[in-house]
Amino acid sequence: MSDTTSSRAFDVVVLRQDGPGRPSYWQRFAVPYEADMNVISALQKIAAMGRTADGKAVSPVVWDCNCLEEVCGACTMVINGKVRQACTALVDRLLEDNPEAIELRPMTKFPVVRDLMVDRSRMFATLKKIKAWLPVDSYYDIGEAARQSQENQQIAYELSKCMTCGCCLEACPQYLKIELVRHEGESDEAFHARETEAFFRSFMGASAIAQVDLFNTNPTGAMTSRDRLDALVSEGGIQVCGNAQNCVQVCPKDIPLTTSIARMGRAATVHTLKQWFDR
Amino acid sequence: MTRPKVVVVGGGLAGLSATMQLAQLSIDVDIVSLTPVKRSHSCCAQGGINSVNNLTRQLGDNEWKHFDDTVYGGDFLQHQPPVNEMAQWAPKIIELMDRLGVTFNRTPEGFRDQRRFGGTLYARTAFAGATTGQQLLYALDEQVRRWEEHGHVTKHEFWEYLGPILDDSGVCCGCVVQDLVSMEIRSLRADALIIASGGCGLIYGRSTMSMACTGSAASRTYQAGVHYANGEFIQVHPTAIPGADKLRLMSESARGEGGRVWVSRIPQDPRHPTEIPAADRYYFLEDRYPKYGNLVPRDIATREIFNVCTKEGLSVEKDRMCVYLDVSHLPSDELDRKLGGILEIYEKFQGVDPRKVPMKIFPAVHYSMGGLWCDYARTAAGGLHVGSPRNHETNVPGLYAIGECDYHYHGANRLGANSLIACIFSGLITGTGVANRMKSADRPLAAERASTLFDQACQGKQADYKALLARDGRGGNPYDIHQELGKVMTQAATVVRHNPDLEKALAKVHELQERAKTCSLSDMGNWTNQNVVFTRALQDMFPIAKTILKGALARDECRGAHFKPEFTMPHVDAEAPSERRRQAEAWCDRFEENNRKWLKSTIARLGPDGEPELSYEEVDTSLIPPRPRLYGIVGGEVIEEVWKERSRGAAHE
Ligand SMILES: Cc1cc2nc3c(=O)[nH]c(=O)nc-3n(C[C@H](O)[C@H](O)[C@H](O)COP(=O)(O)OP(=O)(O)OC[C@H]3O[C@@H](n4cnc5c(N)ncnc54)[C@H](O)[C@@H]3O)c2cc1C
Ligand code: SF4
Ligand code: SF4
Ligand code: FES
Repeated sequence: MSDTTSSRAFDVVVLRQDGPGRPSYWQRFAVPYEADMNVISALQKIAAMGRTADGKAVSPVVWDCNCLEEVCGACTMVINGKVRQACTALVDRLLEDNPEAIELRPMTKFPVVRDLMVDRSRMFATLKKIKAWLPVDSYYDIGEAARQSQENQQIAYELSKCMTCGCCLEACPQYLKIELVRHEGESDEAFHARETEAFFRSFMGASAIAQVDLFNTNPTGAMTSRDRLDALVSEGGIQVCGNAQNCVQVCPKDIPLTTSIARMGRAATVHTLKQWFDR
Repeated sequence: MTRPKVVVVGGGLAGLSATMQLAQLSIDVDIVSLTPVKRSHSCCAQGGINSVNNLTRQLGDNEWKHFDDTVYGGDFLQHQPPVNEMAQWAPKIIELMDRLGVTFNRTPEGFRDQRRFGGTLYARTAFAGATTGQQLLYALDEQVRRWEEHGHVTKHEFWEYLGPILDDSGVCCGCVVQDLVSMEIRSLRADALIIASGGCGLIYGRSTMSMACTGSAASRTYQAGVHYANGEFIQVHPTAIPGADKLRLMSESARGEGGRVWVSRIPQDPRHPTEIPAADRYYFLEDRYPKYGNLVPRDIATREIFNVCTKEGLSVEKDRMCVYLDVSHLPSDELDRKLGGILEIYEKFQGVDPRKVPMKIFPAVHYSMGGLWCDYARTAAGGLHVGSPRNHETNVPGLYAIGECDYHYHGANRLGANSLIACIFSGLITGTGVANRMKSADRPLAAERASTLFDQACQGKQADYKALLARDGRGGNPYDIHQELGKVMTQAATVVRHNPDLEKALAKVHELQERAKTCSLSDMGNWTNQNVVFTRALQDMFPIAKTILKGALARDECRGAHFKPEFTMPHVDAEAPSERRRQAEAWCDRFEENNRKWLKSTIARLGPDGEPELSYEEVDTSLIPPRPRLYGIVGGEVIEEVWKERSRGAAHE
């Protein structure tokens, strides 16, 4: 772009970690400034340079991304202390807030794979626990879908924008990190089974609660709502939520998480009472 | 008992729909994907998905017209039976996706709402806010998760496909993959391998596509002997937001909902766009194409925007080419309801509210119409034999290609909202065909074969990987080479193409390919090494880049997205009726002559030296005879008249 900007550089400090269980350490990079940059383009520059601010050759920082337009959820990290997507974190705005440097850290509620990349498989496992799908008869042409009101669609649409990014979980005081270490000689299957069990027992988090809401309000999903409510009130379910409301403030998709939590809380109470009387 | 297994590479709409169909038919599936499948590129699709519907039907629409619009929009370069079958299935697929929970927008009475997209006169496009692709992808992802829970599906996410494994007789029996966390290389045995790896936009550096759209999987399949067809047909989307890392799409739905494209008649008018009076605004698309207005097909909109900026010098900005895309005249609440998602993207990245101020946009590489060659089984009536294992099978037995990485359905130019339907359709029909292939017992199951074949394939890839890590670090930088490749490709092989430029680009790309062979890694580690992934993908971009350039160089005509000014058709501009008539006759002669020569698919295969070799394949146009595409051509009416007379004559013969 123009000459005035090309010589300028800004600092990016990154909390790095070479692999699971390894110590973390900070590194500082000087990134040449360009107009319209975001944190992804800064990381791309760092990858291409392969050097720290004081000239030491280092391996490029590892991070996760795909869509670059905040719909895939991959690039979530902690930027200047706030959990968010790197692709919509504009460098100009970040430097306005803190001209010193941009600080990048991996999310703390998930095991670090390397550098800024974390393992969020727990989120996908939780979607299995709550049966986040519609149990349709088949994929054949067997008739029309149910009609739905505009109002219903708008509620469902908001909930179905959840991109499994994990911001709401990072911010939640009740959601705690689970990092299992593989035993000597433990097979993939055995490790996976142990992990799933641990995931299922621990708090499902706001995003999963909202997904129960989504599927249970769908006309077809409502027919199997009991299965999802069972999961919702099981160990690690909605009762763990302490109503701190941090989740709703950080959701990049503005999903009305606390509204869902309240609605699901009521459904859970009714469900538990019913279970009592049905005994 | 050992059961047959299918491996699907890619978990976008195409890969997931094939997987769920196979699972429903009790076939076990392994999915391999660079990203968790839920984060696949398909989630970027904004605008919608096409099918005939009850409403358009009553205005005279039907499946045949959807088919007709698709082949007309694609300049007749696609085989017609698959398109015909797709159009037949489309309304049923929309119904299925609705049953799977896609939150399609609703009318006050509770029916699905529809909008109009480019290249058609009917409101055929169903949509879910401005994130239709995301919603469709999630619905399929959920179904596949359900099958995963049932034990029919195993996912390998953060795994990379390195290439197919073929036996001595050339039949595909699996593939080599690498775990991108532990970097372990292993083989997956498969009784059928389905490639659903999406587009290859990153060959152009920046595009509207996601970071996984490198074309690497398609290229590796191509390098293993599968043919690559119509590579030169790359769609450039008319409206994208220029950015440093990506060119973000501004969906066609912005125009579908009434958005207007304009520039000031005064070059680089210094006034704020909201202060430019109507008299000075040049709505050039509406002016030049009164019938379709802002909704002309993509290739035409792209070229007009490009020309207004380059030839006519009317770009809004001086340093950066762009035009206005304006929705600010539409009611704000309606915009939020129908276009919320995409307007947010603009606001997020540009810091300007498009509800109040016209957006600035420019064309960007968006879609690859070409791709891996694959077959189909035609019925006498001109549809597909549902259940035939030949549907979507490549020239390598047992190896299939579906979704954006195949070459069917869109011909020389894709219509808006037709890709999502093609991806899901190709997945479903291929799932059924592949399941039938599993039933024929004339082959040993891959799981029961001797392990030498698989071990050798792994060792080969392992050796390549080791060699890559061991490079001495004195070569060029892979990220710089990628940028250069993107620049060369964007300059030579997008909107306007000239033979001398294409020749120069081929030489330059060859030079970059040589440089990439020695480019060095900055990470030699053996854990989550993204440097390896990137460098390997870069190397695999060259065979496809060369195929695009060679195909474009050879094709001396204009068709759809492929535009060479030297070979444009003349205008019919004479005043005198007899002279007009003569010009139109000459025009039609030339049109027919050109079709005889060029209405053919380009088929590329890699020669022993690794260079693409071209041949051509006849196109099945037996259902709808090719006719001139006359959107906005001067003298279009008389050409049409002459053409109609000729076709009637032909019909009587
Ligand atoms: C911004 C944008 C908007 C669009 N909007 C619309 C629209 O409104 N309507 C419409 O009809 N079309 C639209 N399209 C086009 C459409 O989105 C795509 O063509 C379609 O989603 C492609 O789907 P796919 O299943 O073929 O591949 P993708 O969704 O691209 O998925 C590819 C899969 O392959 C995997 N993969 C790739 N390489 C490898 C490898 N080497 N190893 C392992 N896995 C690999 C990836 O991880 C991914 O899972 C749009 C496209 C863009 C770019
Ligand atoms: S409201 Fe519940 S889920 Fe949300 S942050 Fe608080 S404790 Fe966590
Ligand atoms: S609810 Fe919001 S913050 Fe939580 S995972 Fe979904 S999109 Fe992310
Ligand atoms: S890269 Fe997809 S959300 Fe940022």
